Amino acid sequence: MSQIFPRSANALARMSLAGVLFLVVLLGWIVFMLMRAPWLTKQHEFVDQPVQFSHAHHVGGEGIDCRYCHTSVENSAFAGIPPTKTCMNCHSQLWTNAAILEPVRASFRDNVNLKWNRVHDLPDFVYFNHQIHVRQGVGCATCHGRVDQMPLMYQQNTLLMEWCLDCHRAPEKYLRPREEVFNMAYQAPENQLELGRRLKQEYNVADVRHMTSCSVCHR
Amino acid sequence: MNLADIRSRLDGLEGRAFWRSLEELADTPDFREYVHREFPSQASEFTDPAGRRQFLKLMGASLALAGVSACTRQPQETIVPYVTQPEEIVPGRPLFFATAMELGGLAQPLLAESHMGRPTKLEGNPEHPVSLGGTDIHGQTSVLGLYDPDRSRTVLNQGTPTTWSLFLAALQGVTTAQTALGGASLRILTEPISSPSVLDQLEMLMSSMPDAKWHQWDPVFGTWQGGAPAAAPVYRFDRADVIVSLDADFLGAGAGSVRYAKDFSSRRRITTPQAEQNRLYVVEPVPTVTGAKADHRLALKAREVGAFASALGAAMGVGPASGELPDEARTRWIPAVAADLQAHRGRSVVVAGPHQPAAVHALARAMNDALGNTGETVHYMAPVTASPADGTASIAELVREMNAGQVEVVVVIGSNPVFTAPADLGFAEAFAKVPTRIHMGLYHDETAELCHWHVPQAHFLEAWGDVRAFDGTVSLQQPLIAPLYDGHAPIEVFSALNSAPGATSAEIVKEYWTRAFAGETTTSWPLVDRNGQKFATFDAFWRHALHDGFLWGTSVLAGAAAAPAPAEAPVAAPAPMTGTEVVFRPDPLVLDGRFANNGWLQELPKPISKVTWDAVAYVSLGTAESLGLDTTRVGNGDVNVIEIAVQDRTLRMPVWILPGTADDTVVVHFGYGRRRAGRVGTDVGTDAFPLRTSLTPWFAGGATVTRTDDTYPIASTQNHFSMEGRHPVRVVDAEEYRSNPESVAELGHHRPPPEMSLYPPYEYNGHKWGMAIDLNACTGCGVCVAACVAENNIPVVGKSQVMRSREMHWIRVDTYFEGDPHQPAGTYHQPVPCQQCENAPCEVVCPVAATVHSDEGLNDMVYNRCVGTRYCSNNCPYKVRRFNFMLYSDFTTQELRAQRNPDVTIRSRGVMEKCTYCVQRINHARIDAKTAGTPIPDGTIQTACEQACPADAIVFGDLNQADSRVVALKAQQRNYGLLEETGTRPRTTYLAVVRNPNPALG
Repeated sequence: MSQIFPRSANALARMSLAGVLFLVVLLGWIVFMLMRAPWLTKQHEFVDQPVQFSHAHHVGGEGIDCRYCHTSVENSAFAGIPPTKTCMNCHSQLWTNAAILEPVRASFRDNVNLKWNRVHDLPDFVYFNHQIHVRQGVGCATCHGRVDQMPLMYQQNTLLMEWCLDCHRAPEKYLRPREEVFNMAYQAPENQLELGRRLKQEYNVADVRHMTSCSVCHR
Repeated sequence: MNLADIRSRLDGLEGRAFWRSLEELADTPDFREYVHREFPSQASEFTDPAGRRQFLKLMGASLALAGVSACTRQPQETIVPYVTQPEEIVPGRPLFFATAMELGGLAQPLLAESHMGRPTKLEGNPEHPVSLGGTDIHGQTSVLGLYDPDRSRTVLNQGTPTTWSLFLAALQGVTTAQTALGGASLRILTEPISSPSVLDQLEMLMSSMPDAKWHQWDPVFGTWQGGAPAAAPVYRFDRADVIVSLDADFLGAGAGSVRYAKDFSSRRRITTPQAEQNRLYVVEPVPTVTGAKADHRLALKAREVGAFASALGAAMGVGPASGELPDEARTRWIPAVAADLQAHRGRSVVVAGPHQPAAVHALARAMNDALGNTGETVHYMAPVTASPADGTASIAELVREMNAGQVEVVVVIGSNPVFTAPADLGFAEAFAKVPTRIHMGLYHDETAELCHWHVPQAHFLEAWGDVRAFDGTVSLQQPLIAPLYDGHAPIEVFSALNSAPGATSAEIVKEYWTRAFAGETTTSWPLVDRNGQKFATFDAFWRHALHDGFLWGTSVLAGAAAAPAPAEAPVAAPAPMTGTEVVFRPDPLVLDGRFANNGWLQELPKPISKVTWDAVAYVSLGTAESLGLDTTRVGNGDVNVIEIAVQDRTLRMPVWILPGTADDTVVVHFGYGRRRAGRVGTDVGTDAFPLRTSLTPWFAGGATVTRTDDTYPIASTQNHFSMEGRHPVRVVDAEEYRSNPESVAELGHHRPPPEMSLYPPYEYNGHKWGMAIDLNACTGCGVCVAACVAENNIPVVGKSQVMRSREMHWIRVDTYFEGDPHQPAGTYHQPVPCQQCENAPCEVVCPVAATVHSDEGLNDMVYNRCVGTRYCSNNCPYKVRRFNFMLYSDFTTQELRAQRNPDVTIRSRGVMEKCTYCVQRINHARIDAKTAGTPIPDGTIQTACEQACPADAIVFGDLNQADSRVVALKAQQRNYGLLEETGTRPRTTYLAVVRNPNPALG
């Protein structure tokens, strides 16, 4: 009786084994890359807003401090999105007829809330707290990027957990003096690590064991 | 199981014999199998009708879909800021407002936590003398009622939606017609009322319509058998060394239970073996949490309690003894208790329960007078709720008048008499004869269904008001949120009847207190600040009063003079009863059914029996044996149904054998079987009201009880998460503890030394959180469970899931009985949250590191990592982990979303969860302390269970802080760890029960 499989079947079998392995690795790689892809993380993505508010103009151009609008950043988990009234503080005097500001005026006139689209949206099981980060010398720009140069707001970083942990494991790489936290143009000095270690000491920043405990962010 | 088996089993045990249930004692092979499995067999299998093949198909498809959907992008979310932000609000930080809940006409003082305008959690008002920071179970759970999607939403006229203004117009017509008649055919039916402003409105109404009548009905509060007592007592248990309770569950029920538990436990939280504690005698027909705290408890029929009181009085020279008593009570109890009381003159107190007739109350008062206790450990004052005091008499009169055609208009406010009225009155038929029937209530209930007009009532968190606490303290109610469903306050209806339609509760209440400030009201109020100083302006007074939530100088407990108590009128001795006794009790949680649609309350295990989702009839083991009931049922499952006949009324009800119930007695709970409660409560359980009559609302004799062949499934958690007889509670007698402080430790097994671990030791440098639970203070009321549910967004799973041991409560209260199951020598409670073991067995078996240790010693649970293997739960010796077998959290009902605590993740299906020591509260406090650069003072962080506990039995704190309360507690010799012989090193430890028995009673 003749052989069922020709000799070449051996090669085919080996190739398919390698092929399966390759496919598994490829699939893993795709998932790995996809997880970090801006398409999923929404990194560098402009988000449509009811009013095309420009941070570049207000922060960079006019030099308005972050805390003028984000009032609770120093004493609450949530930095705060300004009420329409805050916009109208200036815009009842300036650009009173500008078409772009009509939604703001309408909101104030009709007492209807503006609905802003979230740009930085963490998963619901993550409890980020602005208050403690600002207090411990994490600059606004460290996470949010150079907002003063963003005509339209976008998410500068991935906001993946590995990105958070990068700092939680070694905060000295990013800490800055408290008085520089709201300074958009702050440049890290040459001796950042040295400064960071000193600030970590001075600000009583928790050690890495605490900062990588799950319940610090998840609960 | 038979008696001999139990006896031999109990005799075989060394020391005190503890057991959780009759099944455990019987120890049948079935029960061993049940306990051996963490969940009943097949609990994790798919047994629903869809079938296994179908299930696999669906799972395959959903797995594929889940894989794909994981790659989708998060949906775009919005942020909605205010147009103009209110001044006080800091986004992300809650605000707290003082208010009060009204229950039975009396106040339960509260602090409401509000997240950007949403009330999410209720706590006790720490400054209010009636709360001192604690809450009762209804205070904790009432916030769910606010968001109940089944609450009535619109004014209805003959069932057709209409408007509030049209209702006011119709009411105007009534007022005009009735004023001309002097109100001769107007009747108002309410629950008991203590509110000064509402009473003012009623007074106005009665002056303009002198012939109108106000009736009062509440099947739980203000219902008396054989007349109401003239005086209302206010007890000072902190001053009492000897307490005798005559069927009074003062620790577990009633408007005073929170303060009473605080005072009582202040004499039980002993700090040294030498410390003196109080002694409690309880005589009662039904096991209650107060009975469980007793040093000596005697189970007597309800009708024998009166005889006991008269015999006790006679032994002390107060009146003659009358009535039959068992020998045990007459020969041993009466002399011993009388001697103990007389040895503690002025430092003892006799407490009569609200279910006992006026004669017993009069006796208790006479004994307290004779012992010199009045003015020391008890104050008698005029009742805080205004007359008419006796609800049964009042509603009986109303029914008579309705039947006689004397009533043209009846206005029912809050009450649900069609469901709850005494069965012999025929309320519904009489009610139907009234030409105009108006109802105001939170729900379109059984009474609303029969009414021409129905008006939605505002929840107490939606309206302005005032209400007095049981000790007289005037408490203010302020709304936390605008009415969700177009509700209105009852006072607005009274105002409309007083020809001032359209006034809001805010205006009416403030107007009353403006007049009070000017001294123009009938009652004059002190209106002083906390230092006793008068206010300069009304605005200053109002601002302070709203901030504090009550008026200083109005609390009898805080030293204010009480309105003098009227003398007790002589009462006729109740007609003698014979035969089997039926005792009526409201369900401890849903009461008369008013909370039937509250899923939290339905699912909380009832104290002692641990039954959920149903009303049952309790009988003792002796009665069960004589009735031929099955005493070997296993865990959850079918129990016998009995038929109870009293006179010509019969009722079939599932029966529950509860050790400690009086023999030859059936305890029937009413409040279930609602026909129009809502999606949670409709047609759940058995309605016992058809058996309850106006003459015998609390107990009746001459009953016939027979076993039927029917069975009924009951979901009880009593056998869930059993620790298989490892003696988790430790109990010593005071004398034993005093002479040998090590006696508690000796009850335990060998504790392995810390170095006996495979893992390297871990140094906790920063905070080191720990908890101590004083079992000697714990009353087993279950408020901690309710508080935990509210704080941690714990879902309701439903009866069928509870039967599979799938309840999600992060803290449970285990109940242990001691000794002979026919008459247990003791009942003990043990709250068990996650023990936060330092060597946590759950952590090492998790394949995905979803449960890991924090540097502060918390056993963290990471929901987003959990894949649901349940190995951790399997390996947990305390069985405190809970698994979401299904999607229990309600993701779809819009109204309920607003209730959730925004600081805690809502868990989804397939995720393990457990107590975290309220890590959200720890994190908030830690961040605030770091921001301020200060340490966290002891007591700043209170876990939800600790904060709510009326007995202050739970203490949380930092073990690295030498002067913290928890360190002091753990240093006591009463301190022990649960199953510490396993080497888990639990952070939660317990303080043993120290009983204080009277040597004369042995």
